[in-house]
Amino acid sequence: MGSRKEPRGIKTAKDIERQFNVLRMLFAVSIALGIAFLIILLISKDPLGALRSFVLGPLSTKRRMGNILEAATPLLFTGVGVCLIFSANQTNMAVEGGFLLGALGGTIGATLFQLPPFLHPAFSIFLGGLCGAVACYVPALLYVRFNAKPVVSSLMTNYICMYLALGIINHLLRDPNAGFLASFKFAPTSLLPKLLKGTNIHAGIFIGLAVIVLGYLYLYRSKRGYEIRAVGMNVNFAAYSGIPVNKVIMNAQLLGGFVAGMGGAVEVLGMYTRFQYQGQTGHGFDGILVGIIAGYNPKFVLPAALFLAYVRVGADVMSRMNDIPIELVSIVQAVIIMLVVAERFLYKMKHRKLVEAAHRGLALGVAAHE
Amino acid sequence: MNSTILASIFSAEFAYSVVRVTTPLLFAALAALVCNRGGVLNIAFEGAMLTAAFCGVIGSAYSQNLYVGLLSGLAGGIGIMLLLGYFNLVLNANVVLTGIALNTFASGGTVFMLYVLCNDKGLSTSLKSLAFPNVSIPLIKDIPVLGTILSGHNVLTYLSFLCAYIVYLLIFKTPLGLRIRAVGENPNAAASVGVNVIRIKFVTLIIGGFIASLGGIYMSMGYLTWFGRDMVAGRGFIGIAAQNLGNASTLPTFLAALFFGFANALSNVLQTQNLPAEAVQAIPYIATLVGLAAYASSTRKNRKRKG
Repeated sequence: MGSRKEPRGIKTAKDIERQFNVLRMLFAVSIALGIAFLIILLISKDPLGALRSFVLGPLSTKRRMGNILEAATPLLFTGVGVCLIFSANQTNMAVEGGFLLGALGGTIGATLFQLPPFLHPAFSIFLGGLCGAVACYVPALLYVRFNAKPVVSSLMTNYICMYLALGIINHLLRDPNAGFLASFKFAPTSLLPKLLKGTNIHAGIFIGLAVIVLGYLYLYRSKRGYEIRAVGMNVNFAAYSGIPVNKVIMNAQLLGGFVAGMGGAVEVLGMYTRFQYQGQTGHGFDGILVGIIAGYNPKFVLPAALFLAYVRVGADVMSRMNDIPIELVSIVQAVIIMLVVAERFLYKMKHRKLVEAAHRGLALGVAAHE
Repeated sequence: MNSTILASIFSAEFAYSVVRVTTPLLFAALAALVCNRGGVLNIAFEGAMLTAAFCGVIGSAYSQNLYVGLLSGLAGGIGIMLLLGYFNLVLNANVVLTGIALNTFASGGTVFMLYVLCNDKGLSTSLKSLAFPNVSIPLIKDIPVLGTILSGHNVLTYLSFLCAYIVYLLIFKTPLGLRIRAVGENPNAAASVGVNVIRIKFVTLIIGGFIASLGGIYMSMGYLTWFGRDMVAGRGFIGIAAQNLGNASTLPTFLAALFFGFANALSNVLQTQNLPAEAVQAIPYIATLVGLAAYASSTRKNRKRKG
């Protein structure tokens, strides 16, 4: 935007900054994949076969392509939730617990209530959203009221959410006839319709896309969203310009938790017929990765989620066809996060570009004056 | 039912189990204390402990030597801390996000290696790994109740108590401790009198990694005698909370760790008593939240917050 006022061919510092963020992300992803390839080469007895399953496996059948979209769907929600929360500079990781509580809320809506078809999933998802908001409310409240940093409190909240959800499922909603630890079956009216035969792609993906659009509009095109980002960038400046900091921080986290909780409900109603999680799902932490790759901008949550889902499905195919366990994904994820958040990674290159641009700008300016 | 619970809580065996489950929490809390004092508090202790637990088991299983196991465990845990240091201090990465990444790495990486080395994704029981012995203390073990509580623990449990005292001496009574605290309190001031801030922070991380690793090693080579997937289960985080509750001073931190150990042991006892296990398992985490709120609000009275 800033470049419009500048003479053509000159990049402003902002442009270079933005370009470098993209470049650094691509570098990080490539290095992470490179490390994954290296590990495969070192460990596998059939490295080429393993690599082929990893890279091409996800595209080999319709079912697996469907798996990518299925795996990406919950990440759309947790990803947007993380964008909202982390944009306010709150490292509240309760989206993980929020997702699970959201699944619980969805289960309650789908098993204890009887509603007409269209209304039933909508109500259940709303209930899930409320539960998710409750999860994120705990660390948010501890911060706003008691000034306790959300890092540790949100991790504790995740464990509490897990035991709460499992406790309620196992003691109040457990179906003794299920043959395994699971809730009663969801009412058929509450299930989200499948979209494509032979896959499990369900209507939840549209809800996810809607959440992305709304999340983007809210965070980048509304006054409230601007406040969130202003608080995230510089809390003192925001406070001095009259933004009610605590309220904004609270809003961002409640909203983020709501979205994550919706994701939990959508996931169980779209993919399963009972609540059958036995622990944390990891979708919240994956959402943090998605948020980081997307630069906390909902606009980029879709590609980030698709990328992560692709890697996941690839690793899954590989773990079933070859001798490489799926946990390889965690290593890839860790490397990506670390390189993306490392400010000084590729810093020299960026610095040189910035200096060059400044020199050129200066030269042009001098020429114009003469 | 209530009387049986009370009876089991007010028994020497229960007190013994409190000491037993406190050990890893105490190590984690002490590691967090050192790092907090040095201005490098982070959440990667969890990953460091898990990595140490894994490397200890692998090292001892392949060498059949307890000390090789100890050393490889320490190397693994300190390695995680050094990675954190490199990214945080040299590459300017956000310390929380790097911590998340390293915890993810440790959680997935250990299972990955477990599968590669023993073809199992859950437990390392197929490996013949070693464990640190339990020891009876000569005179104390003959004292009626106290003997049952204090004697017969793992070597590392005694080491954890000793460690609390060593940390106290190190941080508050030595020149290095003074530097660590100076860097933690005001890095610019420390730098202005010629202290190499980055180096001191790395040293702090190594000390913290060392202590946290002992906690991880205790998990897989003392508390249990095998490595299990994600076996640290949040103890690193609880350690941070205990340190927080203890205001980064040694004795209060020690007591806070003991409190969390008590909550943990209580949940173990109550689980056998037909109570909803989930409610009981959540106790330590709820206690942590309450502790965090209590601590944060107590310090807040002295300080006005803007906004």
